[in-house]
Amino acid sequence: MAKYLFLKHYRGAPAAVNDVPMDRWTPAEIEAHMQYMEDFAARLRDSGEFVDSQALASEGAWVRFDGEGKPPVTDGPFAETKDLIAGFMIIDVDSYERAVELAGELSAAPGAGGKPIHEWLEVRPFMGAPTTVTE
Amino acid sequence: MAADAVDEATLRDLIPGILAALVHRGADFATAEDAVQEALIRAVETWPNQRPDDPKGWLITTAWRRFVDLARSDTARHRREQRVSNEPPPGPTASADDTLQLYFLCAHPSLTPASAVALTLRAVGGLTTRQIAQAYLVPEATMAQRISRAKRTVSDVRLDRPGDLRTVLRVLYLVFNEGYSGDVDLAAEAIRLARQLAATTDDPEVAGLLALFLLHHARRPARTRADGSLVPLADQDRSLWRRDLITEGVAVLQAALARDRLGEYQAQAAIAALHADAPTADEIDWVQIVEWYDELVGFTDNPVVRLNRAVAVGEADGPQAGLAALAELDPMLPRYTASAAYLHERAGEVATAAELYVQAAAQAQTLAERNHLTLRAATLRHRLSGEGG
Repeated sequence: MAKYLFLKHYRGAPAAVNDVPMDRWTPAEIEAHMQYMEDFAARLRDSGEFVDSQALASEGAWVRFDGEGKPPVTDGPFAETKDLIAGFMIIDVDSYERAVELAGELSAAPGAGGKPIHEWLEVRPFMGAPTTVTE
Repeated sequence: MAADAVDEATLRDLIPGILAALVHRGADFATAEDAVQEALIRAVETWPNQRPDDPKGWLITTAWRRFVDLARSDTARHRREQRVSNEPPPGPTASADDTLQLYFLCAHPSLTPASAVALTLRAVGGLTTRQIAQAYLVPEATMAQRISRAKRTVSDVRLDRPGDLRTVLRVLYLVFNEGYSGDVDLAAEAIRLARQLAATTDDPEVAGLLALFLLHHARRPARTRADGSLVPLADQDRSLWRRDLITEGVAVLQAALARDRLGEYQAQAAIAALHADAPTADEIDWVQIVEWYDELVGFTDNPVVRLNRAVAVGEADGPQAGLAALAELDPMLPRYTASAAYLHERAGEVATAAELYVQAAAQAQTLAERNHLTLRAATLRHRLSGEGG
């Protein structure tokens, strides 16, 4: 098994095919989208491939150490041009192919007009632990 | 109770008394707490087969023996070993005051809120570390560490002087209000602990807190749809509200108010009771609710209370009055924009409201709230485009 991280972006991903902001959808389209997302996670729980899923707020800041005895420096809110993560899902699957298949399904969530959003999702393999058998 | 099942809640009701009895007999709090947990596990394992005639006595004896073992195995506690014996020494049994002292200890001001919550749920509530970890969505090892650090922090606190009831009430409020999901129903657990606390002290604010819990818990069946989405108070199906809890909450509150020692929890409960009293959302007595908010502002100058007051003013005196009250507050407050959107919607300013709902959704702190606000924006936009076309 291998773990993969799906990253969904507020900003910074290539434009989706069906790229309409959610507040311009009809209420029924929003509800259909939410249902799809929920069903997707439920299916992964059933198949034993779900690890975690969290949404992130759109606000945040850069923070760094500024020397002994000084408070850390913060820089925020983020600039409009910054790549911004909206949330993530972690899955534990048998292969890269399976991870890509699932990311494709997630990207097919319905949006405006009830049509798939075709949103770009970032798929990142976790670094694994060293295996016991090495040769 | 059926012999083949152990009612976990009933069992856990006995916990503070057992723990207090051990501490009363000279056990140190941290070791006694571990011993009580283990006795509890033994009870769950063995009682379905053979339930003791005196459950509390059985638990005290089992916990005491376990305490002796734990104390003996700890070489650093050599001197205590001389003092303890296998059987509980005769002595006064723990009283309600001892139970109250445990609440004080677990909510001690030296603990962070998260530590106080965890310690209260374990030492007073009798929940296992795993249950608490699941309820707060953290790894079990993390929660175990949080609890053991908390126990170390309070290990030198003397149990013979009264603590601060405010801190205890705040901890129970946190347990109730953080509605995380999991196997453990934290809201129900907070109610159980508040009932227990109300039975050991006669402070009207404890009753106020219990009433507040009951009145809010009564709404729970109506608060979310099957898909988990939020239903605003005004749109809730009031026939789903639990009348039994409302009746009890109102009775508890009235008895507390009659004692004429008002406090913030009684004021909050009074607001909840006015919502519960109205047969429909249109019949809510908003004028009285605003008066209670004014009382509440006097007790706690919490900006969130002022925000809620502004929304209530909008209902009592019209949306423009509400917006005027809102204008006096800091726009950076959580839910400020959402409240502004709602008041503009009530004022018939649909386009402005839709724009504000979009902004509010971007600032939302929970997914359910963000979904709700986005849906409001979309609904208003849809209405506008329908009028335009």
